[in-house]
Amino acid sequence: MATTISTRLEVLKTYKIYIGGQFPRTESGRYYKATNAKGDLLANVCLSSRKDFRDAVIAARSAFGGWSGRAAFNRAQILYRIAEMLEGRKAQFLDELIKQGALSANAENEINLSIDRLIYYAGWCDKFQQVFSSVNPVASSHFNFSVPEPTGVVAIIAPQDSSLLGLVSVIAPVIAGGNTCIVLASEEKPLCAVTFAEVINSSDVPGGVVNILTGKPSELVKYFADHMDVNAVVYCEKNDADKKLIQEKAALNVKRVLFWDKINWNSDEAETPYLITDLQEVKTTWHPIENIGGAKAGY
Amino acid sequence: MIATQTIPDFNISSRIDQVGVEEKAKRFTTRSIKTETKVNGLKLVLNMIDLTTLEGKDSKGKVQQLCYKAQHLHDAYPGLPTVAAICVYPSMVKIAKAALGNSGVKVAAVATAFPSGQAPKDVKIRDTKFAVAEGADEIDMVISRGKFLEGEYNFVFDEIAAIKETCGNARLKVILETGELVTYDKVRRASDIAMYAGADFIKTSTGKIQPAATMPVTLVMLEAIRDFYYKTGKMIAMKPAGGISKSKVALHYLVMLQETLGEAWMNNHWFRFGASSLANDVLMQLEKERTGVYQSANYFSVD
Repeated sequence: MATTISTRLEVLKTYKIYIGGQFPRTESGRYYKATNAKGDLLANVCLSSRKDFRDAVIAARSAFGGWSGRAAFNRAQILYRIAEMLEGRKAQFLDELIKQGALSANAENEINLSIDRLIYYAGWCDKFQQVFSSVNPVASSHFNFSVPEPTGVVAIIAPQDSSLLGLVSVIAPVIAGGNTCIVLASEEKPLCAVTFAEVINSSDVPGGVVNILTGKPSELVKYFADHMDVNAVVYCEKNDADKKLIQEKAALNVKRVLFWDKINWNSDEAETPYLITDLQEVKTTWHPIENIGGAKAGY
Repeated sequence: MIATQTIPDFNISSRIDQVGVEEKAKRFTTRSIKTETKVNGLKLVLNMIDLTTLEGKDSKGKVQQLCYKAQHLHDAYPGLPTVAAICVYPSMVKIAKAALGNSGVKVAAVATAFPSGQAPKDVKIRDTKFAVAEGADEIDMVISRGKFLEGEYNFVFDEIAAIKETCGNARLKVILETGELVTYDKVRRASDIAMYAGADFIKTSTGKIQPAATMPVTLVMLEAIRDFYYKTGKMIAMKPAGGISKSKVALHYLVMLQETLGEAWMNNHWFRFGASSLANDVLMQLEKERTGVYQSANYFSVD
């Protein structure tokens, strides 16, 4: 029997970054090779530069007004939509996680947890304000109340060892609270991050709310920390030198600095509204009220 | 002066190769300008800006605030130049003049029924006279685009010449409103008409019509200026206006200017940017070069 030669050449995906709702290549034109544990090449991945980060901050800043101004209920719907889209692309994520070295059962568990985590934070979108707001007793004729408001543009160095679950777990509480973000994905395992960007892109999330870069934390962490238009930095690794650098540079414009390095993303401790409130600023309003002659306050 | 020159037949102005001019304009954007050169370039850009406010809601306070900004672009950065001029409506000239004092910043007024230019000639002349009497150093006039597109080149020519006469010592900028002229051929023809009629500056746009200034359109006008210079020995200034809001683009324009007209035009007597938001972007870039960190609009003045 004559050997049949396959004429079909597989079309490979180009792994690009995600900025402002677009999938550009890095402006630097650089790339690095993502490999599995055995050293086999998985893909050429964009090695993002500080200029990509700068562009992403511009996108995140311009998206912030619209995203934070949306009804909280609508943000919940959109987070739920991301979960729906992720559910529909399970097979693709399974394939990529296994390629990156995960065991089949673990990979499936990771995807399920990621979907559930999105649903969890979707639920909190329109509830955390009620739980964390307060009406405060004051001695003067004022109605005094405090409400949480989003911090602004958040730059995140995602967990490096958990390529999908870690990424989802840091993005969800940040955007649930009305912030916009720039996330640097896992350097070693970037495939899921780019595919997750595609999920976000098809989930009614406005362009610029989530921006995902691939590259080296060692190269970018300084810029994440010193950019004057970033309001908070979230760092999920344990490198002390990086932590020190972040704290020093963040002082320039008094950024909020958060080290989410002790959280086990596979456990329930990654599901808490306190991750949302970590990136909220409390605004207190003093509203004058009529209180004549010791009469009870009437609002 | 004009009487001694031969005025060419504007029906046979040079034709422009659209593809060629667009390709050529694109090439100017590939120069790499870094560090010290970039800083010098950006400072020159600042010094060439006509800080502009041309809105129905312009008030005394708004104009005064803009005049303050013209002189104090960003005091945290020592040694910055001022902008070249403030560009306002004629009714605001006196306020701007008073606010600018002897800072050296000029006041430009848009006249001749800006931005449409749809008014009788005597109204346009009175508009100009008023602005000049209020103390405007420069007059930005609009051409009658309707008449131009009808082919009434003599009408357009005479109108510009009449306004020029009214201007006295004020320098005249002639706005072609290239966004309404449709083709590069017409831009070239309008440039020729304006220059032969006595314009000191030719300017792309009012800023009210899209597209406003683009690099190819500006290149066509710069080449018209070059050809006019070769024929008559007279230098004409250029002002692209509208749509230039990023430092990088402004630097591309400077490259184009340098490589088309040369060193003599590289100052604010011969080249201006009509812009309002460009200044802040340039300031942010300068601060980035000085401090090494990317900047936020929060730390710069609100326009």
